[in-house]
Amino acid sequence: MSIYNINFETMPREGIEAIQLKRLQATIERIYVTVPFYKKVFDTAGIKPADIKSLEDLQRLPFTTKLDLRDNYPYDMFAVPMENIVRIHASSGTTGKPTVVGYTKRDLDTWAELMARSFAAAGATSGDIIHNAFGYGLFTGGLGVHYGAEKLGASVIPVSGGNTKRQITIMQDFKPTILTGTPSYILHLAEVADEMGVDFKDLHFKSGIFGAEPWSENMRAELEEKLHLKAMDIYGLSEVIGPGVSIECYEEQKGLHVFEDHFIVEIIDPESGEVLPYGETGELVFTSITKEAFPIIRYRTKDITRLNPEPCTCGRTHIRMNKPSGRTDDMLIIRGVNVFPSQIESVLMETKQIHPHYQLVVDRINNLDTLTVKVEIDEALFSDEIKTLQTMEQKISNDIKEYLGVSAKVMFVEPKTITRSEGKAVRVIDNRKF
Amino acid sequence: MCAEQISIFIENKEGRLAEVTAILRDADVNIRALSLADTTDFGVLRLIVNNNDRAEKALKKEGFTVGITQVLAVEVKDEPGGLNDILDPLSENEVNVEYMYAFANPQCKNAIMIFRFDDHDKALKILAEKKIKVISKQEICNL
Repeated sequence: MSIYNINFETMPREGIEAIQLKRLQATIERIYVTVPFYKKVFDTAGIKPADIKSLEDLQRLPFTTKLDLRDNYPYDMFAVPMENIVRIHASSGTTGKPTVVGYTKRDLDTWAELMARSFAAAGATSGDIIHNAFGYGLFTGGLGVHYGAEKLGASVIPVSGGNTKRQITIMQDFKPTILTGTPSYILHLAEVADEMGVDFKDLHFKSGIFGAEPWSENMRAELEEKLHLKAMDIYGLSEVIGPGVSIECYEEQKGLHVFEDHFIVEIIDPESGEVLPYGETGELVFTSITKEAFPIIRYRTKDITRLNPEPCTCGRTHIRMNKPSGRTDDMLIIRGVNVFPSQIESVLMETKQIHPHYQLVVDRINNLDTLTVKVEIDEALFSDEIKTLQTMEQKISNDIKEYLGVSAKVMFVEPKTITRSEGKAVRVIDNRKF
Repeated sequence: MCAEQISIFIENKEGRLAEVTAILRDADVNIRALSLADTTDFGVLRLIVNNNDRAEKALKKEGFTVGITQVLAVEVKDEPGGLNDILDPLSENEVNVEYMYAFANPQCKNAIMIFRFDDHDKALKILAEKKIKVISKQEICNL
């Protein structure tokens, strides 16, 4: 398999670290004067840009959290004037407001390169046809993958999510060779293909790049068997850049190579914030070192994993992260959409001006994630008329779809039936097996 | 003047109805009439009982969500057209029935219909004009 940027992706460790330090210093110097938030937190920590003399000094800088991004909503974390921003994306915040990120022309170039590298790592070349089933829109998945495919010189089919039967017809007729999307949607696609009597054996896929939600080795086995392709995990989040922060290689499929010439990765103890040595499990933290519009310092992803610095047989020297094994917060990823229980709570409160007990139940039925929101009925919600109750369930469901972009079945339940643990309601029951 | 109905939210689960009626039994409440409206996930049990306060208290104590609704109890003659005597003047005046159920008056052959109308006050006025007897809460308790 070929490596897209052989100079950077196979650079010896010392070389990578030298580049990282130089780029980190330049980033810190720049944001200290362009982003008031960073000046303030660096000043509070008593650190001047000139104090960053080695990569270890990064550990002296404070973390950035999703809360910081919300406090600076929408544009206050941008490090360039608006006239230099050419693209805006957004993802779910923990409450009503989304997390907003911006890109300059050069940022989009960087991102496209990282995605082109990811495609190459997954075995794609300019001769491939890429069926991109990631959603296009504010979500970074669709467009991120799209520009990377074009950068590589491959042919991209911007099919986006949904319209499953039409997608299968396109697969039969357009003969795509690389498939991209969220693993749960792709499994659903496989099921629909089966119902239509279409066997993936007769299609032309050689690899798939799947991500935007956690998936397991069991799912890999299932995807590879049903789809007759090699399944690679891709990782990314809009706060860092989008998809293309790290990817598995075709050769090993064992750990995701982090593009270290653009990001510095750390694993920390989520409780103490201490940096942990390689191999230990903790929270993943990213620092961007080439981004112009939206540089991010020590961003706490809340994803749990560990790092492996061993060189890989594929030739890449970049450090590998394991597939994330969980989260430190209560964020759910449902069909690629980030959902926080607190967002559902906001919708419920806006709907009825009340503070009901509720619980999110997530299942995977026929490979599709389903969300049920159970709401304990109280006297304010109750009516002796069935149609009033059903109209209310429907209204809450519509509001959730509108605000969060995820379909949910709302179900009224009797009071005190939602499981409580030490007096606190259990907000989430996730029955999916990853 | 009007009758009072107790409504209870119950999930569509085995044995749930029996639990509700057991609570009423233990509170020494007699059920005069009931109707159960259901969906796939839940139902609303509507009851006419001999002692609303005691029933409400007992059910709330057991954690049920209980509503009290004003309904109209009307005696219907046990003969062909008995129900139409009541419904016709109402439909002429565009009063709509949300739901209804019935029980036999133990004191005579007639039935007692429980009505929930979309416009309670208007229904009451029309029935009064037509001199149709509306049974009071007290009368129902004393049946």
